[in-house]
Amino acid sequence: MCQGSESLTVICRCEDITLDEVRAYIDKGITDLEQLKRLLRVGMGPCQGRTCTPLIVNELARATGKAVKDIPLTAFRQPTSPVKLGILAGGEGDD
Amino acid sequence: MIHTEIAIVGGGPAGLAAAIKAARLGAGVVLIDRNDYLGGQLIKQTHRFFGSKQQRASERGIDIARELSDEVMANEKIVVMAEATVLGYYEDGVLAVEQQGKITTIKPQRLIVATGGAEKSLLFPNNDLPGVYGAGAVQTLVNVFGVKPGNRVLMVGAGNIGVIVSYQLLQAGVEVAGIIEAGPKIGAYWVHAAKVVRAGVPIFTRHTIKCAHGEREVTGATIVQLDDNWQQIPGTERLIDADVICLSVGLTPLTEILWQAGCKMTFVPELGGNVPLRSEGLETSVPGIYVAGDVAGIEEASAAMMEGALAGLNSASSLGYTGPDLNEDRANVLEQLEALRSGHVGEKIRKGLAQAAL
Repeated sequence: MCQGSESLTVICRCEDITLDEVRAYIDKGITDLEQLKRLLRVGMGPCQGRTCTPLIVNELARATGKAVKDIPLTAFRQPTSPVKLGILAGGEGDD
Repeated sequence: MIHTEIAIVGGGPAGLAAAIKAARLGAGVVLIDRNDYLGGQLIKQTHRFFGSKQQRASERGIDIARELSDEVMANEKIVVMAEATVLGYYEDGVLAVEQQGKITTIKPQRLIVATGGAEKSLLFPNNDLPGVYGAGAVQTLVNVFGVKPGNRVLMVGAGNIGVIVSYQLLQAGVEVAGIIEAGPKIGAYWVHAAKVVRAGVPIFTRHTIKCAHGEREVTGATIVQLDDNWQQIPGTERLIDADVICLSVGLTPLTEILWQAGCKMTFVPELGGNVPLRSEGLETSVPGIYVAGDVAGIEEASAAMMEGALAGLNSASSLGYTGPDLNEDRANVLEQLEALRSGHVGEKIRKGLAQAAL
């Protein structure tokens, strides 16, 4: 009932990355969130990984046999939400 | 740069309660929220709360939100920054905030982080089809904007949110095809679950979604039974017709600001994910930074309000503010929190909190 090559499981909605893509990289030995982020852009879209990070960490835990709490996360850099470059360039308001 | 005694990030139940308590003791407060209204998720909650009178039992979230925000708006010690998003916390203790196209910086003496949680998602084939929603989005559409998300909903998750949203969908005239729950039991309070069961909605425990169907949008889903090791049992698949799949599979704390501030964090599944270590008074490992509500561990709104009150009292008293009722007030809040977390329903939370103690 669930066959069909066109049916995809999306793991990172912002960057449109599928579960299969993440698993293929993990199978190649890339078992580190930081590297997956650089290679696939997972977690680098507008939501900054709020949805996909826990899902990817679960995949990494399963593949490596590590506990979820032992999978290192990536840095939580500012800005935490998307902001227009013009606003940043405008600097601080009139005070 | 704005200098303030206390900055509170998030104007949901925890942030509002914190602002009120801190300002009543005399502290100056800046309350920052990204929405153009205060109340957070409370404004979507049209059902009555449980607990005792002090925990606002039998009141509806939307009414509590109105009452708390009216008090906040009327208090001249509190400056509300609405439609303002905190972009980050910097090592010199400064918050960068974007509001209506402008960046402002705020340097508070104390910071209360009450950012709440984010919905978790689920992996299954076709999970990106239009018609797959988070329960929070469905609740916003139905209860805030009066828009039906579709005609027939498959709810994934039988915790309180899944069951309550199912009932609210029924009230809005939307059919609920069924509620599936991966665990062996219904997680929601039985009073909520009984309402949907009475309305004829089937609840399938030990079931998950195998895939969604549809070309351009959701037309249905295949659900499947799970064994005791959470593995799908072949041959138990069942097709459900639905144009909406609503995911209510838990929340996770929104902790970016705490990571940026260098607060010690720990992964506690019982609390929804990574949470800050905190003292009984809700101060994190970074002196002067407090937490309250779902960011400290996913719980109910009633607990969030109590934690907010506690963080508000403690942050203000650490600045030297005091009042004749301070100690009594603080003891009362702690007692309420203990009551909310007591008994069988509080077991998971108690187990989680024990791992997050500083």
